[in-house]
Amino acid sequence: MAASSAPRSFLQVAATEEVVSPLRVVQIEGLVILKIIKHCKEFSPALVTGQLLGLDVGSVLEVTNCFPFPIREEDEEIEADGANYQLEMMRCLREVNVDNNTVGWYQSTILGSYQTVELIETFMNYQENIRRCVCIIYDPSRSNQGVLALKALKLSDSFMELYRANSFTGEKLREKNLSWVDIFEEIPIKVSNSALISAFMTELEADTPVTQCDYDRLQLSSNPYMERNMEFLIECMDDLSMEQQKFQYHYRNLSRQQAQQQAWLQKRRAENMARKAAGEEPLPEEDPTNPIFKPIPEPSRLESFLITNQIANYCNQINGVAGQSFNRLYLMKALHDN
Amino acid sequence: MAAGGRTVLQFSTQSTANLSAKVHPLVIFNICDCYVRRPDQAERVIGTLLGSVLPDGTVDIRNSYAVPHTESAEQVALDIEYHHNMLVSHQKVNPKEVIVGWYSTGLGVTGGSALIHDFYSREVPNPVHLTVDTGFRNGEGTVRAYVSVNLALGDRQLAAQFQEIPLDLRMVEAERVGFDILKTTSVDKLPTDLEGMEVTMQRLLALIDDIYKYVDDVVEGRVAADNSIGRFISDTVAALPKLSPPAFDKLVNDSLQDQLLLLYLSSITRTQLGLAEKLNTAAQIL
Repeated sequence: MAASSAPRSFLQVAATEEVVSPLRVVQIEGLVILKIIKHCKEFSPALVTGQLLGLDVGSVLEVTNCFPFPIREEDEEIEADGANYQLEMMRCLREVNVDNNTVGWYQSTILGSYQTVELIETFMNYQENIRRCVCIIYDPSRSNQGVLALKALKLSDSFMELYRANSFTGEKLREKNLSWVDIFEEIPIKVSNSALISAFMTELEADTPVTQCDYDRLQLSSNPYMERNMEFLIECMDDLSMEQQKFQYHYRNLSRQQAQQQAWLQKRRAENMARKAAGEEPLPEEDPTNPIFKPIPEPSRLESFLITNQIANYCNQINGVAGQSFNRLYLMKALHDN
Repeated sequence: MAAGGRTVLQFSTQSTANLSAKVHPLVIFNICDCYVRRPDQAERVIGTLLGSVLPDGTVDIRNSYAVPHTESAEQVALDIEYHHNMLVSHQKVNPKEVIVGWYSTGLGVTGGSALIHDFYSREVPNPVHLTVDTGFRNGEGTVRAYVSVNLALGDRQLAAQFQEIPLDLRMVEAERVGFDILKTTSVDKLPTDLEGMEVTMQRLLALIDDIYKYVDDVVEGRVAADNSIGRFISDTVAALPKLSPPAFDKLVNDSLQDQLLLLYLSSITRTQLGLAEKLNTAAQIL
């Protein structure tokens, strides 16, 4: 058969789907990082967002530029304004040869509390238009500790399918083997700079032996930060216990309903026996119009997953800061002994 | 008291006496990026500087954007509409940033620059002109700022002179955190907090070693003693709080115990999360 050795027709090539290589690393330019830091810091503690522009190359997502979004009030006229602003910025940037391709967005957060339903919805919106998009989260409050808190997030594919089907029941999740860890995928970040910029920067700001962020890192007081983290953690635990109570309530209703169904079935069977003895038609054993047969909807687990994610995040942060504090305390001890 | 035949060339220096400019590194990044992306036939890049004027007269340059322009031997044409559009867009985000001047790449000031400067001075009373030498002609990258000063002969305006003003590169603390990352051409991954601590402690250790060596050298007579440094060192050592060892130990142990408690709480929370999740999804309706 010559089919396999004949050159593929154009139609065939166009019809085969490209295999999407999984996203392995996000490559950000220093310019973008500076812009994000500046924008988030200027408006902190308000939360701000902005758009990321760049290129999608193989398994690397390059982010080469970004621009901030103005703070939007909840007004319908301003919605159109927002879209206009975006179009205008993209058009202007294209004229100066900046990559015109949206690859995602960035947002600032406070103490790592960013897992909300809005984030997921924004992801789904973006995903419809762009094949691969990423969200960069920056935490300006952690820069006081001398840490660059920048994260690149993506929704995992299995989670996206489930979300589209809008079903979060227990069995579905068990089928897919999906737990709360699988919702967000964190992608490693690589930073790249053009040679010109690194030449300039090394020139203008020589390597000093000690920088300001060293002072920040060696600061002994991390208590306020830990306190806020614990407060957020406690609130989240409250939310989580509320969600769990909802589940308990649901289970209780379900088992009560089942007991009712059983009782009704028994009664029906007894009636049928009586009818058979009397020689009449047996009644059906099911009765869809009876309210006790109405299936009770299971509450969605999405909220509890998000809250769990949030709590895990706080715990991680606490661990990190505690680790740093240990280092500092032992350092102090050693210094004092000497 | 000059008679009609003599006129005096006036330099008005009072307005520029205390003028200086501060530049954020973001601006330099922007300019370099635009330069790298410029269209092939353009020799240099021109753009607008945004920022604010501080109460003491310093010009704080915070942001910038490139403006497409065409340049030939005789004339320079700037895309004014683009300039206004970008300005409006930028001000939607940050209404406090206004035009404070303009920039161009390349060393020195050329003839065409005077025209552009004129255009910008119609928008802002005293625009600052920033030149960024991307060609490294002096063997190093130079960034200079100029303001234009009017040269007047008697009553007639003669020319405008570009006078250099002191320029300062200023950085916000948050930007400093990532600064080491920004200096190299590529970094493979962002440092985590523990790695950052390690780097910091190594630096501290290096500093202490240096001081040790210096003191040893002075004691052995290899290096001439400098009294001010000696006083500085003794001040630093005396800055360690004088607590009795038991009191200090108690302090350290208390803090250690607090941190351990927090770690314990967070581990318990995570265990609880793991359990809850198993229970939630494993429960089956019988």
